[in-house]
Amino acid sequence: MQSVALGFLDYAILAIYVIFVIGIGFTLRRYMKSSSDFLTSGRSIPAWVTGLAFISANLGALELVGMAASGAKYGIATCHFYWVGAIPAMVFLAVFMMPFYYGSKARSVPEYLKMRFDERVRALNSIAFAVMTVFASGISMNALAKLLNQLLGWNYHAALWICSAVVLVYVLKGGLTSAIYTEVLQFFMIVLGFAPVVYLGLRDVGGWDAMTHALNGVSTDPAALHLKEAGTTYASNAWTSAWQPLLAGPKNNPMGVDLFAMVFGLGFVLSFGYWCTNFLVVQRAMAARNMGAARRTPLIAAVPKMLFPALVILPGMLAVALASMTGKGYRVPPPALEASAIEAAATAVKAAPQPALAQLIESVSVAQNGVDPKTGKAKKLIGFDQAKLAEVLKGYADKSIEKAETKDRTDFVNALSDTVTDYDYDGVIFSLVKRYCPTGMLGLALTALLASFMSGMAGNVTAFNTVWTYDLYQAYIAKNKSDQHYFWMGQAITVVGILLSIACAYFARNYNNAMDIIQLVFGFVNAPLFATFLLGMFWARCTGTGAFIGLFGGIASSAVFHAVTIASGNAPGVKGGYLQVVQTFPSEMAQNFWLATFAFLICLALTLSISLITARTKSDKELEGLVYSLTAKLKDEHEAWYLRPSVVGVLLLLCCVILNVIFR
Amino acid sequence: MGLDIRWPIGLMFSLIGILLVGYGLITVSDTEMYKRSLDINVNLRWGLVLVVFGGAMLLMAWRGSKQAVAAAQKKA
Repeated sequence: MQSVALGFLDYAILAIYVIFVIGIGFTLRRYMKSSSDFLTSGRSIPAWVTGLAFISANLGALELVGMAASGAKYGIATCHFYWVGAIPAMVFLAVFMMPFYYGSKARSVPEYLKMRFDERVRALNSIAFAVMTVFASGISMNALAKLLNQLLGWNYHAALWICSAVVLVYVLKGGLTSAIYTEVLQFFMIVLGFAPVVYLGLRDVGGWDAMTHALNGVSTDPAALHLKEAGTTYASNAWTSAWQPLLAGPKNNPMGVDLFAMVFGLGFVLSFGYWCTNFLVVQRAMAARNMGAARRTPLIAAVPKMLFPALVILPGMLAVALASMTGKGYRVPPPALEASAIEAAATAVKAAPQPALAQLIESVSVAQNGVDPKTGKAKKLIGFDQAKLAEVLKGYADKSIEKAETKDRTDFVNALSDTVTDYDYDGVIFSLVKRYCPTGMLGLALTALLASFMSGMAGNVTAFNTVWTYDLYQAYIAKNKSDQHYFWMGQAITVVGILLSIACAYFARNYNNAMDIIQLVFGFVNAPLFATFLLGMFWARCTGTGAFIGLFGGIASSAVFHAVTIASGNAPGVKGGYLQVVQTFPSEMAQNFWLATFAFLICLALTLSISLITARTKSDKELEGLVYSLTAKLKDEHEAWYLRPSVVGVLLLLCCVILNVIFR
Repeated sequence: MGLDIRWPIGLMFSLIGILLVGYGLITVSDTEMYKRSLDINVNLRWGLVLVVFGGAMLLMAWRGSKQAVAAAQKKA
């Protein structure tokens, strides 16, 4: 990707944003007097603020970048991650689960587990969560620094450290309140920064109908745009209908997913597991000023969440539509070529005689992707448009491209990148920003991008410092200290948390494969989680031993499931099937959804059966306020309808159904 | 807690909006620059949107603070 030059105004907008978020931190500093002010906001924030923060903490940059990428790869079916995979779970959290989280006075999700079950369950959950948040924030910071490096030519290290420092300053000064307040600001920044880009894109393709028409053409022959392997063909609505291609079976939709895996695996297991148990988002609701506000938090968040596809998925679809239109001069961006790969190509061009095309592609691929020790060949061949590549080679044979930083060399690199037919889908959103934004708007869109990274990182850090201070430090390392001591620890661990994130970012940069494995393990840990919460909250008979063994069994069974299944097109190894291939799924996504379903069911069955054969350790009295059947129902009949979570929840689900029907 | 978040949001977007409007006005005859945004002066137009949004936030914050003062006086 070519880097773009920012004007003075762009930097000014960026600077204003940074000054404001740091300013918020400093303004809040004087209200930070105790550990609960710092780590839980003293439960004092109005619902609209926690609601927007709830959605903003989830809308990290990986979401922004990744959803546009999925929009390009899979089309409108990506909306399932919102309308199936988020809204129902958010409504469930508000109506059924929030009363226990908020009413139990737990300061974190692991602490709720301790109250409901015992220390073992809390320890397992808090350790896994703490490690996971640090890695998640590291992965996202690495992605940001890489992007700023490619896009703006900024120094990787400087970008990483400066962004982290900004987050550190405002979180350290104003704690969770500061993170929540800036998340609201970031929410508006993201919406207002990207909306004009989407509008211009839509105008450029000629409106919704023109986009649909173009995508219909793409669906019948996705290989023409190198979206799928040659010979693949779908019904014309594959990119523009959310449900019909799914109903036609995994072979007939670009996601390669079946209906059950989508609705049960994503819509129930994964989505409820994330939205209802992940402390990162739940923490925002727990900071609300009263029970009503806490329950309204996910409901308020659900409104923008339902509409976000227009902002984050549509750009990906627009990009593919644009790429399919001749005369628009747009292509889905190729992956950035490594300096060594460019060097290999430049050497080949200047060699006399020039090597054969296949040989050249092999050597460039080796430089880009490394050598597979088993075969002695490139790990992965770069896809090239071979006719175009041959022409570029011929054209540059008599030009001087040996020296870097010359015009010929730059042209050569651009021409070479242009012949690559592999795509870097994550670059889609920025290729559109670059295409449509003049100085001024460019600054706004880039600030929105930075805002999304910072809100994600701040979200992770504030969840991490709370879990560390209350669930690990206070519970196991230093009990019975003064509140000022824990306040101090909360601040100290904020600094440590950010430093650890930076370390993880470097780790992700250098050991991409190791990172894949780590993320895989987190997938195993998270998959069964919702079964534990479901049984814990709605079944008083469920015991600590049952929950603990159930969780472990669920995690172990996902690891086993992964070891014996694979997605078609993948070689056995990190992607699964390394023990033996019992089942082949049509896509990785299908494999993930089924893995979650399997782990959930195992955890559910184990927790159920072991609870029945072990003795209860908590009496009904102790479980009051923690379990559904033992807690007095909240009475809200006297409130206005829009303040009643069940009424609003039903309305939201109804809107969600309508959206699904419109875009079926 | 102490700070009404609508103040900083309102201030920030008004400020950025004014900058964009200003720049949009200076570059109003620069058709070459706005070719990429499909011949629309997006800085001017979107800047106005931001000013309106920021202004609305400031208005709400101001009304909120007046109400808070009135409530405090009533108590006293």
